[in-house]
Amino acid sequence: MKVGIPTELESSEARVAAAPKVVTRLIKQGFEVFIQSGAGKKASISDADFAAAGAKILPDAKSLYQEVSLVMKVQPAKLSELEMIKPGTLIFSYLYPGQNAELLKALAAKKINYIGMDAIPRITRAQKMDVLSSMANIAGYRAVIEAANHYGKFLNGQITAAGKVDPAKILIIGAGVAGLAAIGAANSLGAIVRAFDTRKEVREQIQSMGAEFLTVEIDEDGATASGYSKEMSQAFIDAEMALFRKQAKEVDIIITTAQIPGKTAPKLILKDMVDSMKPGSVIIDLAAQTGGNCEYTKPGEIYNHNGVIIAGKVDQLPGQASQLYGNNICHLLDDMGKAAGFKIDLNDDVISRAMVVRDGAIHWPPQPLPVQAKPAVTKAVEKPKGPTPEEIAAKKGRSMTIVLSALAAIFALIGYAAPPEFLAHFTVFVLACFVGWQVVWSVTHSLHTPLMSVTNAISGIILVGGILHMQESLGSAISILAAIAVLVATINIAGGFYVTHRMLKMFRR
Amino acid sequence: MTTLLTMPSGLQTVSYLAASVLFILSLGGLSTQATAGRGNWYGIIGMAIAVIATALGANIQGHAYLIAFMAVGAVIGIVLAKRVEMTSMPQLVAVLHSFVGLAAVLVGFSSYLAPETSQLSGAAHSIHLIEIFLGIFIGSVTFTGSIIAWGKLEGKIRSKPLLYPGRHMVNLAIVVGSLIALIPFLGMDEASGLVVLVAMTVASGVLGIFLVMAIGGADMPVVVSMLNSYSGWAAAAAGFMLSNDLLIVTGALVGSSGAILSYIMCAAMNRSFFSVIFGGFGANEGAVAKGSATAIVGELKPINIDETSELLKAAKHVVIVPGYGMAVAKAQYPVYELVKKLKARGTEVKFAIHPVAGRLPGHMNVLLAEASVPYDIVLEMDEVNPELPETDVVIVLGANDIVNPSALEDASSPIYGMPVIEAWKAKTVIVSKRSNAAGYAGIENPLFYKDNTRMLYGDAKKSVDGLVAAIERE
Repeated sequence: MKVGIPTELESSEARVAAAPKVVTRLIKQGFEVFIQSGAGKKASISDADFAAAGAKILPDAKSLYQEVSLVMKVQPAKLSELEMIKPGTLIFSYLYPGQNAELLKALAAKKINYIGMDAIPRITRAQKMDVLSSMANIAGYRAVIEAANHYGKFLNGQITAAGKVDPAKILIIGAGVAGLAAIGAANSLGAIVRAFDTRKEVREQIQSMGAEFLTVEIDEDGATASGYSKEMSQAFIDAEMALFRKQAKEVDIIITTAQIPGKTAPKLILKDMVDSMKPGSVIIDLAAQTGGNCEYTKPGEIYNHNGVIIAGKVDQLPGQASQLYGNNICHLLDDMGKAAGFKIDLNDDVISRAMVVRDGAIHWPPQPLPVQAKPAVTKAVEKPKGPTPEEIAAKKGRSMTIVLSALAAIFALIGYAAPPEFLAHFTVFVLACFVGWQVVWSVTHSLHTPLMSVTNAISGIILVGGILHMQESLGSAISILAAIAVLVATINIAGGFYVTHRMLKMFRR
Repeated sequence: MTTLLTMPSGLQTVSYLAASVLFILSLGGLSTQATAGRGNWYGIIGMAIAVIATALGANIQGHAYLIAFMAVGAVIGIVLAKRVEMTSMPQLVAVLHSFVGLAAVLVGFSSYLAPETSQLSGAAHSIHLIEIFLGIFIGSVTFTGSIIAWGKLEGKIRSKPLLYPGRHMVNLAIVVGSLIALIPFLGMDEASGLVVLVAMTVASGVLGIFLVMAIGGADMPVVVSMLNSYSGWAAAAAGFMLSNDLLIVTGALVGSSGAILSYIMCAAMNRSFFSVIFGGFGANEGAVAKGSATAIVGELKPINIDETSELLKAAKHVVIVPGYGMAVAKAQYPVYELVKKLKARGTEVKFAIHPVAGRLPGHMNVLLAEASVPYDIVLEMDEVNPELPETDVVIVLGANDIVNPSALEDASSPIYGMPVIEAWKAKTVIVSKRSNAAGYAGIENPLFYKDNTRMLYGDAKKSVDGLVAAIERE
């Protein structure tokens, strides 16, 4: 099968749907790869790089579309492009089906099949093909880098000969993939990182990335069945605003990532908060494409507002992004059977939902597929079923009483019936058990194997029993039994001590 | 030939006392690595004193044979100990246990046949016979049980538990039958008493076989420590029958030591001691678990050597969790090579040892020590768990059940409640494994399906060798 990768027509799009490594992978999957000349230019990938990876370079889009049956793109196809595309072609790219009704109709009319990479359901199995995650990861990382670039000071605290430098404080709003990536990047640059999210379940994730989790005192969880967050109540929003207002005065950098699917982004950083920020502060608004979280954000622009830099765009790291985006599509192709077994399986949850246009029909919106980011089993685990500690203690107490009374009975019986000589031995025996008990508990775990071999050697003391029964000649049964006992017991002693010695010699600091 | 010189009995008693103290010091010495070597020497000196004091005692005959047999035994013992590989340590320990059991049986019989026995009368005679009876019983169970344990560890007997209906009844019948046989035995003359004694020896030997056959391979650490304990009790019983305090003290020390080890092993697996020794955990409950355990979501994500080495190069903190698979593949040497390579790059590397990793308590520590891994980077589970969230990469090397999250999360899992190394909390987990088979306990491991887990398939040693080479290449 032939896969084609055209040049992106959108002027602001620097990515290309595959990097040379992706081409290698596609070829390994059994595809023939065709690339429009100059497709990777903005992502700093030359035609020669693609050719070296095994792709064939075609001069223009028209010849490319004539050649191939699968097309990998980043931005949705433009109506002008459709003229060149053969019916029956399958295209992989972002589609934004909710906003592109006209395009969907045109695709259906031309019988072009289309898989929207942004329509892939966000379930565990599909994570490896989730372009939203992989792109958000890049955006989060880049947001911190851009913020550091615009911010006029160190991010990490330092004590130098020239004086002390305080670390920068960064507030990250929204702990989705982009937010978590931003936390990780900011943390590794040495900043003090705080993060806010309406979903309580991400607290652990935020803390694990090294940030402080900020929360409001109202008990409302923003998590939904789809794993996204929902809009919150007015009381919650008021409390949230109060929190942001306070943080805005303290922090040096704010990175916002809050988006609600299908809606404009919530306004979280209001004008008065920005005005209260220290001069030189930076706001990076990753939600700018859907309206922005900051009231001052101008989508696609970076400007200085009374000393506060407000960025409504971040660089896409096109080289990196192209590679991850291409990998996402490769994973999808893996699931579809690669080149040899290529098959569109509509029973597959992922394919049936992502394939928005097929055989002239539009399938949008898809059937809901409820998933939760994390199943709520944690609570069940905290309280395992079974007896409470009090019950266990009571049970232990009871069995202890039984054991002690049984022991008392046995002791009484022995004291009553046994001759004094036995009692003397018995005393020694019981005391030795206790001494052994005390001594062995203090043995360190790592030495349990040597402990076992040394006790093994010591239990060879049974040799003494053999010696006591040795006789002048080997004529009698007793003497033979005793002699064999001596033999095996000595094997035990010599072997046990020697092997312990060998082991202990190996332990060293 | 008469004795060259005879020790006065007072001096002998004092020597025994000295030997007992030395044995206690020997066990006490093992509390830290620094004093452990000394502890072993205390044991050796104590043993030498005990043997010399006994051999020079009054009424001891046959010194020539004694020296000859001891010399042969010592040579065999040292050759065995020299040849054994550290990975086969559990087998050696099991064999040595069987020798103690055998010696206890032999001493029991010779004690029964000794003329002193028939000279006793009344309660003293009965008690002596009970001592002999019990000594042989314990010795025989230890002997056959240890041989079966050896066979299972060596792979000569299949390690799956042998379970048949009514096995508890059969075992109980042997114990009760032996106890009942004890009553007429007390009144018998030597010849017919010997018949009863032999029959009981065979029956208790069979009991030993049944007991250990029913225990699965994963529970071998418990079995070996339990047999260690039995061998001590056998020695103590011999001490009673010979009225020898040294044997009693030593046997009691070893017996309680083994009991504690068994207890520690059971606690580490969150299992009751009785359920382990009465067997069958790995088979029947495991089968139930497969049906009832919550379905595992996610998929296995393979990773190759190069990708793994890239991950390791980028990591700051690495924790290696070794299991029996490392022992089987003899991967401890290349693992340390890998650790040295990573340390040279400035990466912090630690080992995390689960109490029941391997087939013997402390087995992993010994293997790592063999490969000269310094013991201050070898940590216990409890020390490592709090550090794992800050760890970049955890390498699970031939371990399975000890890193199974269902022990904490899935109440229907047969290992639910067992403390485990929480490998999944690290940023990335690399699982080196031969195949997708379930672990020794026969339980699926959801760790392998977690998002941050990558499977590195193949023999542990080859994988680690590959990693060393990959890191060296750069």
